[in-house]
Amino acid sequence: MTRVLIVGAGPAGIRAAQRLVAAGLHPVVVDEGTRAGGQIYRRPPEGLKRPPQTLYGSEANKAVALHGCFDSMLEAGQLSYHPRSSVVALEGQTAQVMGPQGVETIAYDKLILATGATDRLAPVPGWQSAGVYSLGATQIALKSQGVALGRRMVLAGSGPLLTLVASQLRKAGAQVVAVLDTAPLTTQAAGAFGMALARPRVTLRGAVMRAGLGRSYHAGVTLTRIVTDSTGPTAIHWQDARGRDHATPCDMVGLGWHLRAETHLTDLAGVSMAWDQVYHQWLPEADAMGRAAAGVYLAGDGMRILGADGAELAGKIAASACLQDLGMAAPDTGRALKELRRMQRFASAMQRAFPWPAQMVRALPADTVLCRCEGISVGDLRTTLSLSGPEANRAKSLSRVGMGRCQGRYCQLAGAEVLAAESGVPVDRIGRLRSQPPARPAPISAYLDKGPDARTK
Amino acid sequence: MTGRLVRLAEASRPKVSFTFDGAVLTGLEGDTVLTAILAERGALRQAEFGPEQRSGFCLMGACQDCWIWQEDGVRLRACSTALQAGMRLRSAATDAWPATGDAP
Repeated sequence: MTRVLIVGAGPAGIRAAQRLVAAGLHPVVVDEGTRAGGQIYRRPPEGLKRPPQTLYGSEANKAVALHGCFDSMLEAGQLSYHPRSSVVALEGQTAQVMGPQGVETIAYDKLILATGATDRLAPVPGWQSAGVYSLGATQIALKSQGVALGRRMVLAGSGPLLTLVASQLRKAGAQVVAVLDTAPLTTQAAGAFGMALARPRVTLRGAVMRAGLGRSYHAGVTLTRIVTDSTGPTAIHWQDARGRDHATPCDMVGLGWHLRAETHLTDLAGVSMAWDQVYHQWLPEADAMGRAAAGVYLAGDGMRILGADGAELAGKIAASACLQDLGMAAPDTGRALKELRRMQRFASAMQRAFPWPAQMVRALPADTVLCRCEGISVGDLRTTLSLSGPEANRAKSLSRVGMGRCQGRYCQLAGAEVLAAESGVPVDRIGRLRSQPPARPAPISAYLDKGPDARTK
Repeated sequence: MTGRLVRLAEASRPKVSFTFDGAVLTGLEGDTVLTAILAERGALRQAEFGPEQRSGFCLMGACQDCWIWQEDGVRLRACSTALQAGMRLRSAATDAWPATGDAP
């Protein structure tokens, strides 16, 4: 039987698996989570029992349906499932999969990458300190563990997660003292029209949620710095839209500006990447159905960031493309593609409404830590430019920005922005960091042959 | 010492004992290692390249900020490792590496 490997068990990966199973295939699903669901529909560990309505709010029915879909395929033995496992390398139609028992090699004929996204981050002076988290982290802590990451929390950045996480935290009883949005009301108003046209109900729900934040919400903010002592944040300094300085005492800061597609494996699979003006990041090139290279299909936020609804559609569509290419009967995708275009219009308008804070990044003080992994400053990177020239990979080699353990996931875009500002070339010309295996840190022990004398843990 | 995290829900789960830098701490069944430590402490570890402490950042296994040590020398990613009773965790490597014959 044709071997299809699906990487990621979020909305896109699960719906892709469902369509392949319905066609009689037996896909192999590799996922880093302990239980299938992905990030937005992440399931808490066994033993935590808050109901779906509490965890997922208005999206509870979708989450339950998705989890049920996966669990029923698993129980029926219709797919092979590798939870808590990371694909660390791809080469010649084989994947190196690192799981709790070490690294194993899985061969495939077709590959569907549904790797999702991480938070898109911009540095703020002080962000390297304990007690500063991504917005996604803040939501994961609440949803998966029932905890708030601080006692006096400030959420800052822009995009839909900012309002959503603040509302969810308040509802759960956490103290969110300020919500600082770097998007000015002018861009928000400009984007809101397109958002409302494409998805009126989602737009309205967001507006209601925003209104619920009341006076703690501020638009058009410039983040100046996070003041820290040896234990963590004590305050965040910021400027409001009229240029007045504020200091808000806090012990936690959550940061995030939308999402950044997780494209490490996509790059290793040989897919071409291009700078996307709308999303302000490098994204893989694929046709409308997710065909991205020979035998490689993309779906979900790892291809285009459209959110969970878009990911479910894209998963089904990519599976149909895969089935078509195998010469098998595939469900029609006409309606799903039309829906996906509507999601794309919404997402594009939202990117305009809540833009990447380019000016803030360009104006960062020289002593700001740019690379959290290795504590490399904005000034260090600027100094490198005279030796490296305005090219991301050379600048990485000389400055180590992008060479730390996160492999550039959290510094690449800000690094490119700093180099662009300093050299006067457009940010897309700075280039993209080439992905290197392993896609996750892999201990040597994971590769050791597990003989009879092997140390077992 | 008070922890960084505040438990907002489901705080009545069975307790789980473990050690962190030699001190006996108590987490709850279903906690990640990160949750259990930060419920009682302010940080997971000292940064290698700066004066600050670290307490994890992305909580989804992407940033690699939350790697800590076990007493036997094996490291783990605190955000995505389930807490188990009897874990012996450290914020830094032990001063003495286990001799070859002592490896468990």
